[in-house]
Amino acid sequence: MSLLVVLEHDRGKWVEANDEALTAARKLASDMGVELHAALVGVGARDLVSQAATGGAAVVHLCEHEVLTDYGPDAVGETVAQLVASINPSAITAVGTSRGNEVLAQLAARADLPFVANCMTVAPSDGPWSMTRVQWGGSLLEDATLDAPTKVLSFGHHSVVAEVADAPGAGEVREFAPALDPAMAATIVRDRDVQTAGVTLSTAPVVISGGRGVGSAEGFDQLEELAELLGGRVGCSRAVTNLGWRNHTDQVGQTGTRIAPEIYIATGISGAIQHWVGAMASKRILAINTDAEANMVTKADYAVIADLHKVVPAITAEIRRRQG
Amino acid sequence: MNILVCVKRVPAPGAKINVTEDGLSVDSAHLGFTTSPHEECALEEAVQISERDGGEVTVLTLGPVEAEEQLRYGASVGAHHIILVPTDGSAWDPQRTAAALTTAIEQAEQANGQPFDLILFGNESADSGGFQVGVRVALKLGRPSVNAIKGIDPGDGSVIARREIDGGFEVYEVPTPAVLGIKEGINLPRYPTMKGRLASKKATLETAEIAAEPGGQALIRLHRPPEQASTTEILGTDETAAVRIVDILEEIGVLA
Ligand SMILES: Cc1cc2nc3c(=O)[nH]c(=O)nc-3n(C[C@H](O)[C@H](O)[C@H](O)COP(=O)(O)OP(=O)(O)OC[C@H]3O[C@@H](n4cnc5c(N)ncnc54)[C@H](O)[C@@H]3O)c2cc1C
Ligand SMILES: Nc1ncnc2c1ncn2[C@@H]1O[C@H](COP(=O)(O)O)[C@@H](O)[C@H]1O
Repeated sequence: MSLLVVLEHDRGKWVEANDEALTAARKLASDMGVELHAALVGVGARDLVSQAATGGAAVVHLCEHEVLTDYGPDAVGETVAQLVASINPSAITAVGTSRGNEVLAQLAARADLPFVANCMTVAPSDGPWSMTRVQWGGSLLEDATLDAPTKVLSFGHHSVVAEVADAPGAGEVREFAPALDPAMAATIVRDRDVQTAGVTLSTAPVVISGGRGVGSAEGFDQLEELAELLGGRVGCSRAVTNLGWRNHTDQVGQTGTRIAPEIYIATGISGAIQHWVGAMASKRILAINTDAEANMVTKADYAVIADLHKVVPAITAEIRRRQG
Repeated sequence: MNILVCVKRVPAPGAKINVTEDGLSVDSAHLGFTTSPHEECALEEAVQISERDGGEVTVLTLGPVEAEEQLRYGASVGAHHIILVPTDGSAWDPQRTAAALTTAIEQAEQANGQPFDLILFGNESADSGGFQVGVRVALKLGRPSVNAIKGIDPGDGSVIARREIDGGFEVYEVPTPAVLGIKEGINLPRYPTMKGRLASKKATLETAEIAAEPGGQALIRLHRPPEQASTTEILGTDETAAVRIVDILEEIGVLA
């Protein structure tokens, strides 16, 4: 009896989400009273065995095949499906990153099993399992049940705080050679366009966003100026991307970027729930809005009830004054 | 290139999501309805490709009869055909949804005498966010699929698809017919024109009654996450608040 956690990597580079995956999987395996196994798939996976063991894996299934030259949903999904058929774990889990959810969806479809994505808590049992999962990108929670001979579920990315394992697992390596149709190479990554990213929206210590209240694309110049002074990044609401004032890469929210700055300054944004879920991990929120009843204002730590076109330049001027 | 786009009707909540008393759905009594932004972008991409390279766009939804609204919206922004798989309005789990959509797609392809070159899904639905219906349909149809796509270049017998990663894009070259999961940001969806709106009223609604067995995931109850208790400190009602704001920026150490 085992719980299989599918780990992610980028051509042999460990990804942070694995620490969350292992933290959640250790707890679930212990609740289930079973051994924790890990799956590492493809080129470079061999280099990560010891990290999987440090994270608590008793057994590491190392899956290699000449088709697996890089990530590819079909090839990796089929590999995991064959591994599952071979070792027959009671449950399979991962963290709900883009790849994590995609691979589990592939596995579930191939094995004809249900798949519950983005769980926050999971209660295993002898019968159907109960779980609480995320809907609406985190604006709403769903209590659900999962009735299946083998349970497939992911944990929401960032819903588990990564911890170091109390004790490492034995990390016994078992090689697994899947039988893959060369046609599966069709959805393997061909190439990468890498752009040099400076401070990104998701890691910026300060984010200053503008909403419809900014009034125009040019209106964002004053936000850019302030962001530069603060070493921060400019964000925006979906109303703004839809108006074509800013690029979608700047959008904060359910279908944009999730941010977690020291301070989020939201100007001219009403604070719709889909925007809020992207901003709620901010340490502090300052809302600048003409409407004292706006959701962004009532949920913020600090607010200024005034025209952003007056307040934003005044902040910039005050910083310049102090800096001499 | 003939392209099918799958969209799902969902309520459009504002500041807060309220749940019905039985806990089984979002209280939509005072809400409008929409589709996920990812799906709007998938449709826009399909229409742009058809305008550039020819071919027709079909929009498919599984949902209550009211979902005709989302289909007509699709027609108003350029879709040529609209198909509804009607339900009683209850929430269908992902396995059941995928099974019924697959049957509907097979029927449409049979009627057309050829497969859709591309089937586009949203990366995830706006409400239940199962992250799987597109993948399940792709496998049932025996087609390759890739999710989280933010760029498509159609070619001859294949498409180049770009997937966003930290600091860049992964590039895939997927042979058609194929299935892609699209993310918002791939394009800027258009608004319907008056002409589009009028044309959408004339579009023929095709209906496909399809039954499917429930899968192993069941919804028990929806509830709101616990609210972080917050009291808002009002720093001022005009630009003189800037002094207090900069004090705070200094206190928390973001002003070097
Ligand atoms: C499935 C789904 C997903 C979505 N995902 C996202 C997402 O990822 N991100 C997102 O942002 N939205 C998202 N939305 C859209 C969201 O519901 C809102 O429509 C959007 O966030 C509103 O943007 P806004 O606050 O800029 O505009 P509005 O709601 O129009 O608010 C404008 C605000 O500006 C204030 N204002 C006006 N003039 C001034 C002034 N001079 N000074 C100060 N304040 C002023 C007004 O009082 C008002 O509060 C999504 C919607 C759906 C249905
Ligand atoms: N009821 C439905 N009707 C049509 N398409 C759907 C339906 N449910 C989900 N989809 C499609 O499948 C995608 C993924 O859904 P999900 O697996 O629920 O996250 C969505 O973005 C839609 O494109």
